[in-house]
Amino acid sequence: MDFQSCVNIKKEWDIVGARQLGRDIAGKVGFGTVDQARIATAISELARNIYLYAGTGKVCFETIEEINQKGLIIIAMDDGPGIRELNQVMEDGFSTSGGLGAGLPGVKRLMDEFDIQSEQGNGTEIKVVKWLR
Amino acid sequence: MRIPILKLHNYLLISIQIDLDDQTAIQFQEDLLSKIHESGATGVVIDLTSVEIIDSFIAKVLGDVVTMSDLMGAKVVLTGIQPAVAMTLIDLGIHLQDVPTALDLEQGLIKLRQELEE
Repeated sequence: MDFQSCVNIKKEWDIVGARQLGRDIAGKVGFGTVDQARIATAISELARNIYLYAGTGKVCFETIEEINQKGLIIIAMDDGPGIRELNQVMEDGFSTSGGLGAGLPGVKRLMDEFDIQSEQGNGTEIKVVKWLR
Repeated sequence: MRIPILKLHNYLLISIQIDLDDQTAIQFQEDLLSKIHESGATGVVIDLTSVEIIDSFIAKVLGDVVTMSDLMGAKVVLTGIQPAVAMTLIDLGIHLQDVPTALDLEQGLIKLRQELEE
């Protein structure tokens, strides 16, 4: 855990701010253009979920710099209502907001590790990791 | 922020050169449909060469605007989708299957001309 910074998600424009900061950090870690796009897109999905479903929350970044491994951890957290349909939201095409339902299953495919903790009434925390190859 | 829409003969040309936020994307959708309505354009090229990220929301807005324009009688071609963006969209599970695309603006105009048989 060498570096940590967070972007508060309060308004719609913060989604853009979060993905731009994430892309910058990913570039500094050494990720190429394609992985930078994957990371920025994953952040965009996570930040939008916070904005849409919880109202406010934050997206935090931590870089991992170990001798044999470098990577980026992104944590998206909110104190929103939590996700009731946890199994369903991980299915492609499921959406309660009229979207494409590509968000969370998409994020899982874009990143290398994906962990979600959500409790009804207790918010949601999603942690994803991308390793530099 | 408004995305400029240029008219060239029967076509409308748009080059998106900013990092699209949701509001700008929705505004663009409305602006394009009104512009089609008032100009009577039959073809539209939306060039995405400078777009570095398309997430599921932006993809939905773009896919929808193609269908909406089609309903109004105008063909839309998306051009210049970057390699990284194409790979990311497939990871997301978004295939934009019914959306006409072309490599660049030039190919996009050729495709429109073919589709409209002019």
